[in-house]
Amino acid sequence: MNAFISFLAVGGLIAMVLIGAGTLQLKSLFGVIIPYAAIAAFLAGVVYRVIGWAKSPVPFNIATTCGQQNSLPWIKSNKLDNPSSTLGVIGRMALEVLLFRSLFRNTKAELRTGPRLTYTANKWLWLGGLVFHWSFLIVFLRHYRYFAEPVPGFVRLLQNIDGFFQIGVPIIYITNITILAALSFLFLRRLFSAQLRYFSLFADYFPLLLIGSIAATGVLMRYFFKTDIVAVKELAMGLVSFNPVVPDGLGILFYVHLFLVCVLVAYFPYGKLMHMGGVLLSPTRNLPNNSRSRRHINPWDYPVKVHTYEEWEEEFADKIKAAGLPMEKDK
Amino acid sequence: MAEKTPKPEELGRIDYHPPKRSWMDPAVEFRHGTFNYAAVPERAEYLGLPNVRKWQPTDADWKLPENWKEIILNGLKERLERYRSLKIFMDICVRCGACADKCHFFIGSGDPKNMPVLRAELLRSVYRNDFTLAGKIMGKMAGARELTKEVVKEWFYYFYQCTECRRCSVFCPYGIDTAEITMMVRELLNLIGCGIDWITTPAANCFRTGNHLGIQPHGFKDSIEFAVDELEELTGIRVDAPINEKGKNVLFVIPSADYFGTPHYYTLLGYLALFHEIGLSYTFSAYASEGGNFGLFHSAEMMKRLNNKIYAEARRLKVKWIIGGECGHMWRVLHQYMDTMNGPADFLEQPVSPVTGTRFENARSTKMVHICEFTADLIKHGKLKLDPSRNNHWNVTFHDSCNPSRAMGLLEEPRYILKNVCNNFCEMPENTIREQTFCCGSGSGLGTDENLEMRLRGGLPRANAVKFVKEKHGVNLLTCICAIDKATLPPLLEYWVPGVEVAGVHELVGNALIMKGEKKRDVDLRGTPLSTGEDR
Repeated sequence: MNAFISFLAVGGLIAMVLIGAGTLQLKSLFGVIIPYAAIAAFLAGVVYRVIGWAKSPVPFNIATTCGQQNSLPWIKSNKLDNPSSTLGVIGRMALEVLLFRSLFRNTKAELRTGPRLTYTANKWLWLGGLVFHWSFLIVFLRHYRYFAEPVPGFVRLLQNIDGFFQIGVPIIYITNITILAALSFLFLRRLFSAQLRYFSLFADYFPLLLIGSIAATGVLMRYFFKTDIVAVKELAMGLVSFNPVVPDGLGILFYVHLFLVCVLVAYFPYGKLMHMGGVLLSPTRNLPNNSRSRRHINPWDYPVKVHTYEEWEEEFADKIKAAGLPMEKDK
Repeated sequence: MAEKTPKPEELGRIDYHPPKRSWMDPAVEFRHGTFNYAAVPERAEYLGLPNVRKWQPTDADWKLPENWKEIILNGLKERLERYRSLKIFMDICVRCGACADKCHFFIGSGDPKNMPVLRAELLRSVYRNDFTLAGKIMGKMAGARELTKEVVKEWFYYFYQCTECRRCSVFCPYGIDTAEITMMVRELLNLIGCGIDWITTPAANCFRTGNHLGIQPHGFKDSIEFAVDELEELTGIRVDAPINEKGKNVLFVIPSADYFGTPHYYTLLGYLALFHEIGLSYTFSAYASEGGNFGLFHSAEMMKRLNNKIYAEARRLKVKWIIGGECGHMWRVLHQYMDTMNGPADFLEQPVSPVTGTRFENARSTKMVHICEFTADLIKHGKLKLDPSRNNHWNVTFHDSCNPSRAMGLLEEPRYILKNVCNNFCEMPENTIREQTFCCGSGSGLGTDENLEMRLRGGLPRANAVKFVKEKHGVNLLTCICAIDKATLPPLLEYWVPGVEVAGVHELVGNALIMKGEKKRDVDLRGTPLSTGEDR
């Protein structure tokens, strides 16, 4: 049901462009106003969310430890999965963000008769997630060529690497294939696993379909329905230099692509996609496990009602005396 | 209760298919064997908790306060402002499902709301409804739902069906920790008087007497004395076990079950023998007669209230530093909360082993050392005379307790000790130990008789791994360093894998320890005859 609504939502968005930029020819709306509005919504949303998170303090050091602690000098500690220093935390976060360390641990539990439980390594989610995110990043960075003149060296390098196999005209980018494959996998696993389907929300299917549609329109433009790249760059350069122009020659496919990107950008800070920023602030991962060697301060700590030794001794005085235990009051 | 508990064959048939009904419709059936009884009014009253009344989860009317909804939503708002963890965990879950089959309660019950992701969604849906723009506008489409009394009942059922073991957090790509979420929801439930007795009563006892079991000073002294007598009988050596004595070097804090429960008790004998043998200057405290802290399972405030006594007593008794015994959740509090809550312990000295001279750098701020760290250091420096063959009647494996493994990383110390005090040691499968260890299924205050079926379900993954090594390597002893484990693993193993006993690590230390002037040891600390060596 949620998947179906997501299909409708993305379909509706595409229809909006077809009518708006196609039939009604509202080119400056779709080429200039909406992109600016999307960026504004993105910036406002990200600032709002990050400030919202940062405003809440971290009262306790609750690192999740996933390896041997740093204790006695002759016991080898696991510096990345259970870091006790800032350097270790940086390493742990880098592994987490760049290589999805925790997801790499994934196992699949299965119940056999007996009952007998087995746990087997299950790296598909890790692989699918990693391929998708890295492909998306590279595709994103490659697009920088539309926004800078001359095209920076790193973008050329990325293009060369991404087109390493030199197949087809224009040369096929590896990431174009991998992003679509990974997205399809991520979408289908959600759809076909009964358990995943049970808890998947609209907000889980929608971004996958949205990004998938963006990637698909991009691929169509590159390999099948040629787009006027000069015009695209003119539009992009105009936008970044705050001197927007809407050049002629941009096909409807391009407007679909651009509009869906705008929707993604505007939607980004308001849903789960903010996991990108949130993971960096996750207290179970970004704190060193050093809570016994360095005191962690709780900014909102307040005094609580306790049962003091004196109250305790008074309450049990007879019994303490009878048991012959030392007392404070005797002195 | 016992006759109603299903047979292992029945319990082992688990249906993992989710029901037709959407998870967003709250529906809970309080079936006996799968939930915990409500707090007894007198105990809740003693602790000054709100909305004290007589009630049970099976009642149709939970007698919530008039403004219950306002209390919860305000409580949630306050916690979102106080805990970045909560805010982040509410916002960034992508529902990738990696956590789903990592929870022992899901594996053992098949109930989809025991998937950590869905357990958290039970709160997240309310958060979205009242605290996010998307939820306010799009409602159900955005995964939002209104907080109703039915939702409160569902929270009670499922957040007292999480043992705060943190296994899911190990696998989560963002480190979302269900224990943290469970702790928050339990705080909210406690604001409207929906706590369980097995947490409230131990907490009330602990506040009053200093320990969960409510043992008063003379009872504490008797228990320790009794252990001293028993040890003398077993070894021929009378040890000194000072209580509330000032001017000693070390305050020794243990979970109360160590001096009142079996098989914990044998571990206590092990501690006593060890400290005597190395001539440690230490004292117990009848006031700080509990390191465990059921406040952890109630609220941060209750945790702080109960933990206060440890530093207070260290200060009063003028010790230099503190050693803590074998206990899981106790060490979560000591390691991750105590210094922040009740520190700084600037009146103590950095712990230094008087026997080896080792400075415990990792405890230089809290000044509290885990007994396994202390003993491993002694063994490494050759300060103990050990005869591991005295444990030859045991085929040993080690169960990592949740908190020492995932909230500390105390993995090698107990293993190093075990490998030095016994000859037959083997590990359970790698996905069931160390940071991936499975909970006993009864932690965080859920170890009650009335909750037995759910405990047996939740304990299935642990028991199943034990069964594997029992069949493969003939394991007959499961060692651990947690008082709740020692209390709840024996019935669990009796049910799923009969023939395996449970023991603390320091029980085996006590068995192997050659004490100066001891009599010929022909029985272990349990009084069981030692094998001659040819048995195995």
